[in-house]
Amino acid sequence: MALAEQTAQLARRSVVRTARQPANVIGPFIFPLLLLAVNTGGLDRAAEIPGFPTDSFLAFALAVPFIQGALFATMNAGTDLARDIQTGFLNRLSLTPMRSLALLTGQLGGVAATGLTQAVVYLTVGLAVGVRPASGIPGMVVLLVLSGLIALAFGALGAFAALRTGSGEAVQGLFPVLFVGLFLSSMNMPRNLIEIDWFRTVATLNPVSYLLEAVRSLIIVGWDPEALALGFGFAIAIGIVGITASSWALQRRLTRT
Amino acid sequence: MDGRRNGIEVEQLVREFKGGILAVAGIDLVVAPGEIYGFLGPNGAGKSTTVHVLTTLLPPTSGRATVAGYDVERQGPKVRESIGAALQEAALDPLLTGREHLRLQTALHDIPRAERAARAAELLDRVGLTQAADRKVKGYSGGMKRRLDLALALVHRPRILFLDEPTTGLDPQSRTALWEEVGRLSHEEGVTVFLTTQYLEEADVLADRVGIIDHGRIVAEGTPGQLKAQIGQPTVEAVPHEAGDLAAVGAVLERFGEPARCSPGAVAVRLEHGEEELADVVRALDAEGLRVARLAVHEPTLDDVFLAKTGRSLEGAGEDEQPAETVPV
Repeated sequence: MALAEQTAQLARRSVVRTARQPANVIGPFIFPLLLLAVNTGGLDRAAEIPGFPTDSFLAFALAVPFIQGALFATMNAGTDLARDIQTGFLNRLSLTPMRSLALLTGQLGGVAATGLTQAVVYLTVGLAVGVRPASGIPGMVVLLVLSGLIALAFGALGAFAALRTGSGEAVQGLFPVLFVGLFLSSMNMPRNLIEIDWFRTVATLNPVSYLLEAVRSLIIVGWDPEALALGFGFAIAIGIVGITASSWALQRRLTRT
Repeated sequence: MDGRRNGIEVEQLVREFKGGILAVAGIDLVVAPGEIYGFLGPNGAGKSTTVHVLTTLLPPTSGRATVAGYDVERQGPKVRESIGAALQEAALDPLLTGREHLRLQTALHDIPRAERAARAAELLDRVGLTQAADRKVKGYSGGMKRRLDLALALVHRPRILFLDEPTTGLDPQSRTALWEEVGRLSHEEGVTVFLTTQYLEEADVLADRVGIIDHGRIVAEGTPGQLKAQIGQPTVEAVPHEAGDLAAVGAVLERFGEPARCSPGAVAVRLEHGEEELADVVRALDAEGLRVARLAVHEPTLDDVFLAKTGRSLEGAGEDEQPAETVPV
């Protein structure tokens, strides 16, 4: 069977699994929007700071759910893969003519599809509360593509953790680390307006800042080639690192002859 | 070794895990096409590790094995095409339905798209899961999961079937149903079955031949009848009417043979000259004025064989087997 069909079958399973776990659906859809509401309510006046790039903190902060949702998708995908290892389902798959690559691409395809669906919801909510992306409809399409790519990149990290440890608990332990990574970024303030030196340095070194800024540029700036290049560049780089590491871990995990 | 003419052939197979743990310590066996081979042993004996090696999920440390004529180490994909396996603990996705499992499995086995639904329906019917086909597996009973597991192993019509403790944890009715299906596969369709079990009855009822494994080595092999014949004579077990007479009854019985394993509160000996001595045993007890509450003759069992070969009873002889994912050395 073609790699593409194996991948499609396993991606379908990944999406079906996610859809059938209410906790995995509610978390990624609801919590980022709740955090958006809380942050916007508490930090709304930050938009009045001189040099703030927009007069709507809501539009500024709308980028955050896209990244936060990708983090949730990562954890869910990694946990599912770890469960397959723990229950022996991976052995069942190993006994079929499935190619190793199909397992990884199928799982990540499912993650990307879930990430894309989440992004559609966040964007719809943003439009419903009055945010109008400055890049227009083409920008929204690019935003969705970038969101899927970010979910895939983080999903690869989750898959690596799952394949390396074989433990759902270990994968979930990664979540706080990534969440701290989100907070230590330009999540709530443009980097040039962060006054605390160490925070600004960390945010500048943090790839999450560039992912956020690429999404944000499409919403509040329009077409910013530098921000988009950095955002796509970091997403692709994280994806390459994650997929390479996961492929290696998968080869180690699958000892079939 | 020409495995193409044989179902399974194993020669000096060794599997060692990190830390020098020897799970399989050099076994030899041959399973003929269409045969049901029972691999009997306690937990930790090396049964599952052997299955993992023979199904290509683990490379052997040394030795050689062919399955359906293909070398497990060098021709893994060919071996996998020829076998079906239901491994220990039904490996199912609780969130998928039975039909979805079969749909995925038929697709991954490259069964033509037009045939997949029919093949899934046929197998669901065969294992009696048609009614439950569209329910999520998390709502299945243990027996239903095992039956689905078997159906998944049969999707691509394998020539050889590996069943790793397929009835562990099942109720007697489900166990019997699974035995019937396995027997039918072997006797009507000519499928070779390699079955691991820790249940004596299962090996006795189902297997054409049995290999008894302990500490990674095969300690006895043959048909259940041959193995029991090696033990020879039956045992006679007596329960004294008065508990205080246990030693006296034991002394009388020992005139007729060597002491044998028995139930608590009873004494038993293996009769040197067979069942015809039973009348003499009764007369001897009567002559000593000893009354017994129960007197029973037991034919040799596979547990007696295990006891004779290892010095231990199969029940309670187990220890944890090395997990198959243990890092190889």
